[in-house]
Amino acid sequence: MTVTRDRAEAAAPAVASAAPRHQNRLARWDGKYTPYLIIAPFFVVFGIFGLYPLLFTAWVSLHEWHLVDGDQGFLGLGNYTELLSDSKFWNALGNTISLFVLSTVPQLLAALGLAALLDRGLRARAFWRAGVLLPNVISVAAVALVFAQLYGRDFGIVNHLLGLVGVSPIDWRAETWASHLAISSMVMWRWTGYNALLYLAAMQSVPKDMYESAMLDGASRWRTFWSITVPSIRPTIMFTVVTSTIFGLQLFAEPQLFDPGGTALGTGGSDRQFQTLVMYLYEKGFRLFDAGYSAAIAWMLFLLIAVIAVLNFRLTRRIASKG
Amino acid sequence: MRKPGPLVYGLLAAILAASVFPLYYSFIVASQDNSVLGDATPPLVPGGNLVENITRVFDTVDFWLAMQNSLIVSTTVAVSNVVLGSLAGFAFARLRFKGRDALFLIVVGTSMVPTQLGVIPLYMLMSDLDWYGTLQAVIVPALIGSFAVFWMRQACEETVPHELIEAARVDGCSVLRTFWHVAFPAVRPQAAVMGMFTFMTAWNDFFWPLIVLDPNDSPTVQVALSALASGYYTDYSLMLAGASIAVLPVIGLFVLLSRQIVGGIMQGAVKG
Repeated sequence: MTVTRDRAEAAAPAVASAAPRHQNRLARWDGKYTPYLIIAPFFVVFGIFGLYPLLFTAWVSLHEWHLVDGDQGFLGLGNYTELLSDSKFWNALGNTISLFVLSTVPQLLAALGLAALLDRGLRARAFWRAGVLLPNVISVAAVALVFAQLYGRDFGIVNHLLGLVGVSPIDWRAETWASHLAISSMVMWRWTGYNALLYLAAMQSVPKDMYESAMLDGASRWRTFWSITVPSIRPTIMFTVVTSTIFGLQLFAEPQLFDPGGTALGTGGSDRQFQTLVMYLYEKGFRLFDAGYSAAIAWMLFLLIAVIAVLNFRLTRRIASKG
Repeated sequence: MRKPGPLVYGLLAAILAASVFPLYYSFIVASQDNSVLGDATPPLVPGGNLVENITRVFDTVDFWLAMQNSLIVSTTVAVSNVVLGSLAGFAFARLRFKGRDALFLIVVGTSMVPTQLGVIPLYMLMSDLDWYGTLQAVIVPALIGSFAVFWMRQACEETVPHELIEAARVDGCSVLRTFWHVAFPAVRPQAAVMGMFTFMTAWNDFFWPLIVLDPNDSPTVQVALSALASGYYTDYSLMLAGASIAVLPVIGLFVLLSRQIVGGIMQGAVKG
């Protein structure tokens, strides 16, 4: 009895260790490589459908390239030199920057003010927060259609309201400045609440005693806001400025659908008065099939975005820290 | 600090009204006969033509097909982002491997890359694959995004205890089993919110579907909407009846989940 038990005990470790050695190797392999395996899908998808097309755009832009028939020969910088003397390109660039400034600057300031309101210990907090975020979940296409109606020349409600205070009807699509204001208001409508929530989140992590000591020193609410709140949420402000730059300069759907000719032409009004760079890219590439030229527009816009994003980042850092 | 007075509530109410009014007004226009829209005073209350206008939407474009396509695309994209995003988020939050932090920085950085500008080669890639006009052309590039990875990493950091993972691993649980039995049950609520959010984003997507789908053959809702707007003569009650149908599912989801969505956005803001 004892003998068999001893024998069994002696034998057991040997049997047990054979399996673990095999299992251990598997487990070690699992612990070492599985993490890479499960993060791989992101990198594969981004690489194939995000990074590769973006980089390949540079190559296409150096060619005479038809969207359907393909490469028609190397051009070097030919597309770019053509671009620099293309008045439609400069027009689209001007419109893009104008729309970007008109929609981003008032939007972020309004978001800052709205966040300050939301930060005031409100009753029914969740309700107000959800209310200001609502426009952000509506699709751009739907927003553009709704605003196209609001800004109608003859029967639009905006002109109707202006008429009540004696302003004669404005042709919101025909005039350059009017169309830019109208399109910017769509962008603002959709994004102000979202950015306000980002600011609000940052404001709520500012230590309350900083406010209390300022209040004791007799600082006004306005002073406290600019000299304590704004500098404290500087990282968030810089984040929103940079993301608004990156996405604002790629504005497409709002002006595209504001055009009564709609997607068929995509010229942004009869005189291209609100055609942005991405709309021009779309027109050249997908309406006229000039992929090479379209790619050159894309690459120029990419450089522009990079430059303005860096400039804005620096500028905001300086302004916000002075506060 | 002083309690907010009526002025603060008044201002907020005005802002809220401005947020809601365009939506309210699009339902109004959607329910009117076009002739009423030409009256001296624009209508401010619903009319009786809603059903007729909606019928016209379905006659003008194949809106059923568009809704069905959008549903397929958005659901697939949402489910895939939940699964792949949770896995990757779990790895970044709770597993140890070489280069983890650098790789995560790359994930965050990719959200700043304007990939939309690569649209020309992406289109050519889809033609080579013979995917033009098919739903996978819209689905596959969106199967997993940096937003999902970022969000789920955050969720794992907050709700999955280190000790539990260590214990499961010491007990010989494989990485995938640990994920499935320990981590995923803990982050399920956050994964659900992220899935809904991704669903809405996919539902609302416009630029890429417009390019790669055939508006007559394989539209999503947003592409069908733009087709409604591109008629020679602008038919507002038709357009806005379409817009109203298109926004309803999203508004429904938002009403159900607004608290979680607001919470998610605000959390991401502080940590991000």
